[in-house]
Amino acid sequence: MKDTQKAGVFSIGLVRGLIAMLIGFLTGAAFVSLIRLILGLSVWTWNPSGNQFGFAESAWVVGAIFGAIAFMLGVGVLSDWLKWMNGQQTAEHPADAFASGWKRYLSVSFDHKAIGVQYGVTSIVVIGLAGIFALIFRTELAQPGMQLLTLERYNTIMSLHGIVMIVGILLGVGAMSNYLVPLMIGANDMAFPRLNAFAYWINVPAAVILLSSYFLGGFDTGWTGYPPLSAKAPLGMDMFFLGVYFAGLSSILGSLNVIATTIRLRAKGMHYFRMPIFVWTALATAVIGLTATQLIGLSFQMVLFERVFGMGFFAPDKGGNPILFQHLFWFYSHPAVYVFVLTGLGVISELLPVFARKPLFGYRWVALSSFGIALVGFLVWAHHMFTSGMSPYLRIPFMYSTLLVAVPTGVKFFSWVATIWEGKLSFETPMLFVLGAISIFLLGGLSGPPNATVATDLHLQDTYWIVGHFHATMFGGFVFPFFAAIYYWFPKITGRMYNEKLGKLHFFLMLPGFYIQSLSQMQAGLLGMRRRIGDYDPALGINLQQLLITIAAFVIFFSVVIAVVNLIYSARRGPIAASNPWRSRSPEFMLPSPIPQHNYEHAFEVVGEPYDYGIAGAYVSIDPDRYIAKEEEQPAAGGAVTSPTGATTD
Amino acid sequence: MSTGTLSIADYHKKTVTNRLGLWLFIVSDAFVFAGLFIARFYLYGAGVRPELSQIVGLIVTSILVLSSFFANRGEVSMAYGDTKGYFRNTLITIILGIAFLIGVVGVEWQIAPYGPDHDALWSLFYTMTGFHAFHVLTGVIFLVIVYRNARKGLYTAERHFPVEAAAVYWHFVDVVWVFFYPALYLIGLPPI
Repeated sequence: MKDTQKAGVFSIGLVRGLIAMLIGFLTGAAFVSLIRLILGLSVWTWNPSGNQFGFAESAWVVGAIFGAIAFMLGVGVLSDWLKWMNGQQTAEHPADAFASGWKRYLSVSFDHKAIGVQYGVTSIVVIGLAGIFALIFRTELAQPGMQLLTLERYNTIMSLHGIVMIVGILLGVGAMSNYLVPLMIGANDMAFPRLNAFAYWINVPAAVILLSSYFLGGFDTGWTGYPPLSAKAPLGMDMFFLGVYFAGLSSILGSLNVIATTIRLRAKGMHYFRMPIFVWTALATAVIGLTATQLIGLSFQMVLFERVFGMGFFAPDKGGNPILFQHLFWFYSHPAVYVFVLTGLGVISELLPVFARKPLFGYRWVALSSFGIALVGFLVWAHHMFTSGMSPYLRIPFMYSTLLVAVPTGVKFFSWVATIWEGKLSFETPMLFVLGAISIFLLGGLSGPPNATVATDLHLQDTYWIVGHFHATMFGGFVFPFFAAIYYWFPKITGRMYNEKLGKLHFFLMLPGFYIQSLSQMQAGLLGMRRRIGDYDPALGINLQQLLITIAAFVIFFSVVIAVVNLIYSARRGPIAASNPWRSRSPEFMLPSPIPQHNYEHAFEVVGEPYDYGIAGAYVSIDPDRYIAKEEEQPAAGGAVTSPTGATTD
Repeated sequence: MSTGTLSIADYHKKTVTNRLGLWLFIVSDAFVFAGLFIARFYLYGAGVRPELSQIVGLIVTSILVLSSFFANRGEVSMAYGDTKGYFRNTLITIILGIAFLIGVVGVEWQIAPYGPDHDALWSLFYTMTGFHAFHVLTGVIFLVIVYRNARKGLYTAERHFPVEAAAVYWHFVDVVWVFFYPALYLIGLPPI
């Protein structure tokens, strides 16, 4: 890490990590095989069609775990902790192995901005991969009958689309909270920079392990992994469980960091109700991520134990109960959808006042509504289980708690509409995505109550209607806000401006693409299409809808390709951006673009409200005495900071 | 940790952040044990428990509760600058922790009438004690690392957050057992 002179491919942390991962995997697998050899069990059988992939199942599992640990050692993210264990001291902020250039992002960096970019790029790559999975099985579904895939392959690819997309979304959420939270509260880094880097890098072995499931027989359970099917699925199921487990670990540690950062590192005067609204949503998200994520880890571990040790938690013949898995699983996985959407809703609330040039309507209510959604989210999990066979009397309280989610969400919608009301709107790309997100999330929200009320859900459960509803909430709550955030903060991250025309083209392809897709999914579901099935009866009369969904999927994918091309090209060749192109009051826009390594040279003090657009007075102020004194010492650094009052009032 | 160069005021500021991080970790970890605890009662209610040795249960529980006492004495000794007292008490804690591990994994698991694949009740027993034993093991490792660094003279009465962290983690693991012991050994009767 410290040797910046060291050149060659092994100086790149990612390369070292992946090699170490391979060695670690082989070590772990060999270790278990040795034990099996001593116990007189079989060590090596090769018969892929019979679910035998060389090593025994336990050897694969231990090998994958060893591989993940070895990756973390190889990439170098553990080196400071190992030194501390030995009683050595390390620098508080060590220099990066590569201070600049793209190689910087392939090695360990403790800078929250670099980690945020790492999260963001990985997120787009992973989401793109999941999108390709979607295109493959959508092509299969364009017509009735099986043309392209076998049913087994269909199941694996459909399941991988779900879980890889979820990992990608978690990475995107990590990108936004890592990059933005310290900047917005006036901190120079996260509370625990090493933990932050660890939380990012564990995602790489997680993704490798998760994707390896495709080559190890796949898995046919969907992303939910319900036993008893998952207890009998091929070897790929183990890799699915382990991959999700490590991704969940990242989520837990990242959340811990966000909470500690928000509580401890706020600038002077930034009490909780003066924080930018995004920080509130990141905090509420982190509370869910810190606690609930453990339950999906536990439930997956229990199935893993069932597979490897023959345990019987969910096996009725051994006194177990598969419903228990669903309770444990949904206790995380329902709040998890609020993890996916809350930061996105925070981006909407954050950007609307900037582009409407008006204060955010009902700041305190919006801030608390995030916590309202998060807390109610813990009480609704069994609405996924109305048809599972759990005690029928449990349905009613869960129906009411689910409908209660509409109240804090309604607060947000009310605030958005009231913020737009009589605002001086301008329609740059980020604003378009924000408005698109609001309209889509409305569709997702309104299609929710039919699933929450027991009487209708008994018919809608496991149909394509649910698929349509879920995709509407994800597009409105994550995809559109995520792209809004990327376009909005792109000049801050790279110092260059994206291409506005291509950005708008992206939006105007993606929005109708989404609507055709989601509405067709809902209609197909109401007409009787079951979810997660590779084939359907042409007599259902949904051939047209299926074809439209497939075409829309390709349009959406194409629009994302345009966005990626735009972002890559603009990051290298785009016009130099102004330090505050959106005339935002948020503190990160007082910094030059790209943001210097340690964020705020001078600590700022919060002296006003964050969203008082159109009203005189600043949000944050840099102490003028210290500011001038510093500027004399370092004219280069000081001169780039724009005057807070001049730049941030309307 | 990497705080030797910080001023005492900065060290205290950082310690408050570190302490918050430690407690957030414990809150998060508690959800794992809560999930197992709930699973045990969800599947078997309060009427059934595995058939275990009451003597072994009583001994290992006493050992673990006693070890928390010594962990606390060790931490308090360090806070008052009594490094000798810290070494003595922490060593006793480590030995008791290892004794607990031997009692659970080395004795109880070996004399148990069934293996983990017998039925869900025994799956729960091995998973609950196994998760807990893993935490005891990490706690022992944590204590040993901090003990070793204390031998190198890294901690003083003013600067000893790692000592505190190891002790708090140890108490947490102990409290988990306070819930698990009755859930596994006391509540209900063995199935006939």
